[in-house]
Amino acid sequence: MTRTRRRRLLLVGSLLVGLGGAAALMLTAFKQDVLYFHEPSAIAAGDVPINTRFRIGGLVAAGSVNRPGDGLSVNFKISDCAATVPVRYRGTLPDLFREGQGVIAYGKLDAAGEFEADQILAKHDSSYMSPDTARALKAGTADACMPANMQAAR
Amino acid sequence: MAEPVSFWAMGGYASYVWSAYGIAAVVIVANIAVPFVRHRALLRRIRREEFIDD
Amino acid sequence: MTGTGFKRWFHRFGSLPYFYDVSARWAVWLAVPAVVLIGYALVAGLFVVPPDYQQGDVFRIIYIHVPSAWLSLFGYTAMAVAGVVALVWRLKIAEIFIVAAAPVGASFTFLALVTGAIWGEPTWGTYWVWDARLTSELILLFLYLGVIALHQAIESPRTAARACALLSIVGVINVPIIHYSVVWWTTLHQGSTVSLTGGSKMDADMLWPLLAGALGFTFLFGWLTLWGMRVQLLWRERRSRWVMKRITHG
Repeated sequence: MTRTRRRRLLLVGSLLVGLGGAAALMLTAFKQDVLYFHEPSAIAAGDVPINTRFRIGGLVAAGSVNRPGDGLSVNFKISDCAATVPVRYRGTLPDLFREGQGVIAYGKLDAAGEFEADQILAKHDSSYMSPDTARALKAGTADACMPANMQAAR
Repeated sequence: MAEPVSFWAMGGYASYVWSAYGIAAVVIVANIAVPFVRHRALLRRIRREEFIDD
Repeated sequence: MTGTGFKRWFHRFGSLPYFYDVSARWAVWLAVPAVVLIGYALVAGLFVVPPDYQQGDVFRIIYIHVPSAWLSLFGYTAMAVAGVVALVWRLKIAEIFIVAAAPVGASFTFLALVTGAIWGEPTWGTYWVWDARLTSELILLFLYLGVIALHQAIESPRTAARACALLSIVGVINVPIIHYSVVWWTTLHQGSTVSLTGGSKMDADMLWPLLAGALGFTFLFGWLTLWGMRVQLLWRERRSRWVMKRITHG
């Protein structure tokens, strides 16, 4: 390698290192803003600014779903094992909304600590299997509370 | 394997599945066609000596 | 390969007439595996593989979505590598690769975004959200379009190529951000199903067509880019003696 080429390579290399460092710094600084949702335990710990609208994500707690009245309203609890938040919602639900599945609610906490949601999105996990495999797996496992892929790495 | 009718029905998700595959087909075919057409047109222009003395 | 052997190959590969001649033969070796692998992936994905236990048949979109998304990352990384070669070694063939790969990469990034939106509506309940994964993938599309626009906007081919190489290198920072977005932050998009390091979270009979599709798309990318390179190369060298000799008197 000639000297000019080595110099150019060094230049390009330091450009990449510099950019990478800058990007890492920026992303660390904006970590809170990049989070799409907060977990129930983060809310319980007081890490979430509760006066504004925000998103809360977790699993629909087993046995918590009930539909009072006309059937368009639904009450359920979002849980991440460590903490649970009750949610009220009125509107259509995505196909994947069901107990034990990941869900993200957008709305506001009221004074009583209940979450008033105006949008519900389903968050599915990253495993795919046939109904047969799912049945075979169900036999052996207890319901997990929060799969690892629901959580951001900390 | 299910019977042919339910192939196309996609368990009620037909519009989603087939539109996704349809758009993919269009994008791929366009990507194949464009360089071939451009290559042929360019060869023709070079043969006509369009790029000499300009 | 010995050091000097590699060096000779490197420079011969960089020779434009040589590349134009051999690339016509190479194209077949990219096209055939692409057709076979993608054909298998689509037929299996659409008709053979069982529906997902949660999502049902709509999950079959994965056989387009994941290979496209994989290609969007692979293509840009390849462009960045070519960008380094173009800037450091000033190899014309690397400059031509960037110009030819950008529209192909942009197409598949677009495809990943659109198929993801179509898939998201019934499963998530929305076509689009501004979470880290979706947003960073959209930025990738803009980076591809930026490379294309730069090339169109700058008159001098060599200056244009250098600008494109630089943007390819700078933009590659986004590639690990896209990949790890689902790990670093909370997102609506789920984590990776298939990882290079450890296993997959998919039934084997669902997984094989997916891997075949991703590999097939990679071959397709190579094939499309190779053809784009031949066109680009011919255009750049349209006034050169070797082109005249080969095309006009050949």
